[in-house]
Amino acid sequence: MKRAINLVPARPPAILLAVLPFALILIVYAIGSDIRLGANPNDKLMPSFSTIGEAVGRLAFEENRRTGEYVFWTDTAISLQRIVVGLAISTALCILIGIPVGFLPVLRALFGPFLAAFSLIPPLAVLPILFIVFGLGETSKIVLIVFGVAPFLTRDVALAVAAIPREQIVKAQTLGASTWQMMVHVVFPQILPRLFDSLRLSLGATWLFLIASEAIASEGGLGYRIFLVRRYLSMDVILPYVAWITLLAFLMDYALTLASRGAARWYHLGRAQ
Amino acid sequence: MTEIAIKGLAKSYGDTAILENVNAHLADHEFCVVLGPSGAGKTTLLRILLSQEAATRGEVLIDGVPIDPEPQPDRGVVFQRYSVFPHKSVLANVMLGPQLRAAPLLGRLFGARRRAIRERAEALLQEVGLGEHLAKFPAQLSGGMQQRLAIAQALIMEPKVLLLDEPFGALDQSTKKAMHRLILDLWRKNRMTIVMVTHDIGEAFTLATRILMVDKARRDPHAPTAYGSTITEDIRLDPDKKPALHVVDESADESHTMTAIFARYRADAGDCVVDEHPNFQAAG
Repeated sequence: MKRAINLVPARPPAILLAVLPFALILIVYAIGSDIRLGANPNDKLMPSFSTIGEAVGRLAFEENRRTGEYVFWTDTAISLQRIVVGLAISTALCILIGIPVGFLPVLRALFGPFLAAFSLIPPLAVLPILFIVFGLGETSKIVLIVFGVAPFLTRDVALAVAAIPREQIVKAQTLGASTWQMMVHVVFPQILPRLFDSLRLSLGATWLFLIASEAIASEGGLGYRIFLVRRYLSMDVILPYVAWITLLAFLMDYALTLASRGAARWYHLGRAQ
Repeated sequence: MTEIAIKGLAKSYGDTAILENVNAHLADHEFCVVLGPSGAGKTTLLRILLSQEAATRGEVLIDGVPIDPEPQPDRGVVFQRYSVFPHKSVLANVMLGPQLRAAPLLGRLFGARRRAIRERAEALLQEVGLGEHLAKFPAQLSGGMQQRLAIAQALIMEPKVLLLDEPFGALDQSTKKAMHRLILDLWRKNRMTIVMVTHDIGEAFTLATRILMVDKARRDPHAPTAYGSTITEDIRLDPDKKPALHVVDESADESHTMTAIFARYRADAGDCVVDEHPNFQAAG
């Protein structure tokens, strides 16, 4: 009998194994839903797949009679816009602050401890402050995402900069590089793959902050919709919305992987994904 | 002309003395190999020459002028590892230095000036045997090829002094031989001074015109860190009287050279070899 760590599945069975948990959860849900609906046809907790399909069709492919919008797509667009803007600002900040702070000893001494403390402030605890300062509009939601994600990214970039082998920096100086040139030509390209990885890891937090701010005060968005229909126990809307958010997060994660492979080809050479 | 003078150099970290009273004068076009046991401070000496570290006392002069306190292009370097930039192609690694010098803001040239640097880089890479690998990334090169790249990258800056910190320490024997040949060729052609740190005594005698041994001259058994290392041996070798390098065939591939080196050691082993092809006999 081989040791468990040496049992490696071949390619086709591996794909089958990957699909199995997804199939299993759908089957378990279908059975559970069937049992509950059999006992009470008006049960709202576990709607059948056809009920869910109808709800999705109504929200995604029929104009809302009051507003003339396709609610599902409007929600998606609003949420995606908030996420993309929030992440873009966070990324810009973490590069502009993280690289100098990680690279220059004086800035590291000045801002290192401050950044460490700042990134420990629970973002949701300051959400009321954001609402008071920035109002209930788009700004406060984007600021919450930035507040929640940028400090983590910045610290991570600073750490990645500090982890670049000392030899590289000395070598660059013997090639006549100035501090600025080293940041642009040596440091930034080398932390880029790590930055993509950190962005992927912070996607979960990003969605958390988005949905939290949409749930509390908003007029649209995926999180807003979920918390709105919760009042009517509309599981037939909540469940597909959760699945859709998960799919969007997965696609963003995958897009970041592709972007990393394109932007830092050297890093992915011969590296198993 | 490049003369290096090391005067009364000492380095200590707190109470731990690493180097003390290091004095040496290196003539123009010297190939100086610094030998010493592990932890003796030979790398520390190299780092001081590089201005990666500052001496506690004493000074280093190149042509009578104290060296800059920061690493500068007048002193090129090749480390044992991490000498090349992993995110740049072979060609881009070599083209980097001249572009940084010529374009302070962008670090990148365009048009005719870029073409001129490109031609120089390609010629240099051809010389170190990487002419076929211009577009590859360092991760796609073998250890010996990465060191060739690092040497080319340093040489394009035309440094007065090339500092080598155990550059061939991680290479196999056949690759090492080829690298010895290469570095001697480049040393003769470019008329520069080389200071190389190694713990391989054979390598030192093969390459050097000057061997410095760095070791502790005084020891206090009750306070092992009280005294630092100094220069305990200092010999000069005439390169023209040395036997030629046993590089079998420059165009030979690595495995061929390996076989040749093996054959030489096999011959030297003589009677120590008690049996040949024991497995073949058992099978036959």
